[in-house]
Amino acid sequence: MAVHQYKRGARALASTIIEIRNLSKQYRIGLKENDYKTFREALVGGLITPIRNWRRLRRLTKFDTEGDYQQTNADEFSARDVIWALKDVSFEVHQGEVLGIIGRNGAGKSTLLKVLSRITEPSRGDVWLYGRISSLLEVGTGFHPELTGRENIYLNGAILGMKKNEIKRKFDEIVEFAEVERFIDTPVKHYSSGMSLRLAFAVAAYLEPEILVVDEVLAVGDAAFRKKCLGKMEDVTKEGRTLLFVSHDMSAIQNLCPRTILIDKGRVMSDGPTHEVIATYLKSLQELAEVDLTDRADRRGEGKVRFTKIEILDKNYRPVEYPRSKEKIIIRLHYKSKDSHEFRRCRASISVMGYGHIYFLLSTELVNNKELIVKDEGFLDCIIGELPLSGGEYYLCTYLETNKIEQDYVEAAARISVVDGDFYGTGRNYAPGWAGLTVLVRHQWEWK
Amino acid sequence: MKHFESNSSTPFIHIQPKKGWRLLNFGELREYRDLFYFLVLRDIKVKYKQTVLGVMWAALQPFFSMIIFTIFFGKLAKMPSDGIPYPVFNYTAMLLWTYFSTSISTSGNSLISNTSYITKVYFPRLIIPIAPIIAGLIDFFIAFFLLLAMMVYYKIYPGVQLLFVPFLVLLMMISASGVGMMLAALNAKYRDIKYTIPFLIQLWMFASPIVYPASLVPKQFKILYAMNPMVGIIEGFRSAMLGKAAIPFQMIIASTMISILLFFVGMLYFRRMEKYFADVI
Repeated sequence: MAVHQYKRGARALASTIIEIRNLSKQYRIGLKENDYKTFREALVGGLITPIRNWRRLRRLTKFDTEGDYQQTNADEFSARDVIWALKDVSFEVHQGEVLGIIGRNGAGKSTLLKVLSRITEPSRGDVWLYGRISSLLEVGTGFHPELTGRENIYLNGAILGMKKNEIKRKFDEIVEFAEVERFIDTPVKHYSSGMSLRLAFAVAAYLEPEILVVDEVLAVGDAAFRKKCLGKMEDVTKEGRTLLFVSHDMSAIQNLCPRTILIDKGRVMSDGPTHEVIATYLKSLQELAEVDLTDRADRRGEGKVRFTKIEILDKNYRPVEYPRSKEKIIIRLHYKSKDSHEFRRCRASISVMGYGHIYFLLSTELVNNKELIVKDEGFLDCIIGELPLSGGEYYLCTYLETNKIEQDYVEAAARISVVDGDFYGTGRNYAPGWAGLTVLVRHQWEWK
Repeated sequence: MKHFESNSSTPFIHIQPKKGWRLLNFGELREYRDLFYFLVLRDIKVKYKQTVLGVMWAALQPFFSMIIFTIFFGKLAKMPSDGIPYPVFNYTAMLLWTYFSTSISTSGNSLISNTSYITKVYFPRLIIPIAPIIAGLIDFFIAFFLLLAMMVYYKIYPGVQLLFVPFLVLLMMISASGVGMMLAALNAKYRDIKYTIPFLIQLWMFASPIVYPASLVPKQFKILYAMNPMVGIIEGFRSAMLGKAAIPFQMIIASTMISILLFFVGMLYFRRMEKYFADVI
């Protein structure tokens, strides 16, 4: 890793703790795999594959920019599969500042944090850090299932950069914070997922870096523990330490961070007071959430009326990119008819699909006795009081019929990315191994 | 551990793209010595979890191999063994070989079996392939006691040349680290290495004087043969422990040079590739 320890330079302001200048990072994405249609093709392909694989793998660590950056386009072969995860990112963070970082999935937030925490090296640009940096990028990665809680605290602490004595000193506090006193000498493989998460966060929470980087660790865990973590993070900032906080949870960002930056396609799109940046972000989401369905040709039906776009809205009718389990959401189906006349006795439905199966059906005639009338243009709102899905990706298939004639059916018309929320109030949405495979149904058990 | 009391005493870390070859950063390795300690401890603790025989496996593995080789090579093939009872002759080598082969295979696979560490946190990457080299020593010492027991049984007693043993063990660790670092770095990018390692070990075993004595190798191939660092190490260890033959200095010198070369080549390659690990693994 290209890290040099210098004496404190004269170039930074006294209060600057992170200085980022023109930071760029490029990745190579794998070339498209060939699709074999016949057995013969597959056989021949399989024999040729090693040569292609060899070239592909070799190129993983070869970048033309290592020579002359401007020449990239000359080699069209390489320009095609190189992506800039970060492009000319520059900003400064002052000591004690709490900076929120938001952006869509794949915008470059995680890459930025990885470069800052020295996990990966930038392709161009500079970062100056005036303090020890620790990152909480998915807590608990260092846990070994066969080791006890005690052993894992030491191992995990050391991985995060703590010294043995430091861990020893904080050991009792960590155990107390994690609420695992009774199981401290039990192998972690017997812990519940909630317990190991609490333990992992507790170890990380007792790090004492000058700069703490937190990446979406609060997406899981029960509400009480989430609150505790947020409290701990507030304490961190009160002690004058610097916090970089990445989250999709706008309310957490709003509560913690006075300043936020918005990253999109590897660039800093907006940098300023949190409420302004969030507003910009939501606006950009709106454009995205309005999936343009008019271009879809793979649809069935007579086509006199068709869906034009689908929006996912939150309870305030604002677009939401990552709805959370249990939250109220609205699926808005926009439609338009070819010739402007009214259709009577209509039926619209949405089937929610995940992992190749249909999980449930939302259909107008199931819940409404009133006749559905579709005009020349408008929208239908399907209101889900409590989103019964656990964290994962799901697809919506939309269907519309007029007077028993199928007008429009679009499979996977929209994608919906759900973030785990606390549906049952226990912090558990599914049994181990059932992530994304079950629908959440409000229920209870009784026994004597 | 120095804490950062105030910003003014804080070191300044400069992150920038870096090219070319790099040597060790000793200061940083020192900074992370506790992590190294805990990783070694983890490897030792986890190894025989949920086994009945536990740490006895450390001695049983080379012991069973020795029994098989004694039956097939010692008894059936009547393999010469430089006047040493074949079981002892074979076990002295098997003891080293078990350590060496386990070390290069766990070290070679260490990066890909610790992917989450590589992609989630920063620390000097070299710790990962080196930890198993140290952790394996525990097994080596346990198996070593069985050798002592066998020597008592066959009434073989070593002399002063025993003092060479620590040096030879160190040499073995150096060459195992070199090979381990090289394989680990290659493995991160080319998963073929994972499947190559077992063959490499098998081939290497028959290229080392384990089931047969080095004296069996024709004279004209001796120099080429000594290029295998394990040749000098095994032959040297045998004569140092059993005291039946003179210390083969020429072979040991060759081993020393090759081991050091392997170590530096492995380390330089590892250090050059490490900036890509998080991206390609």
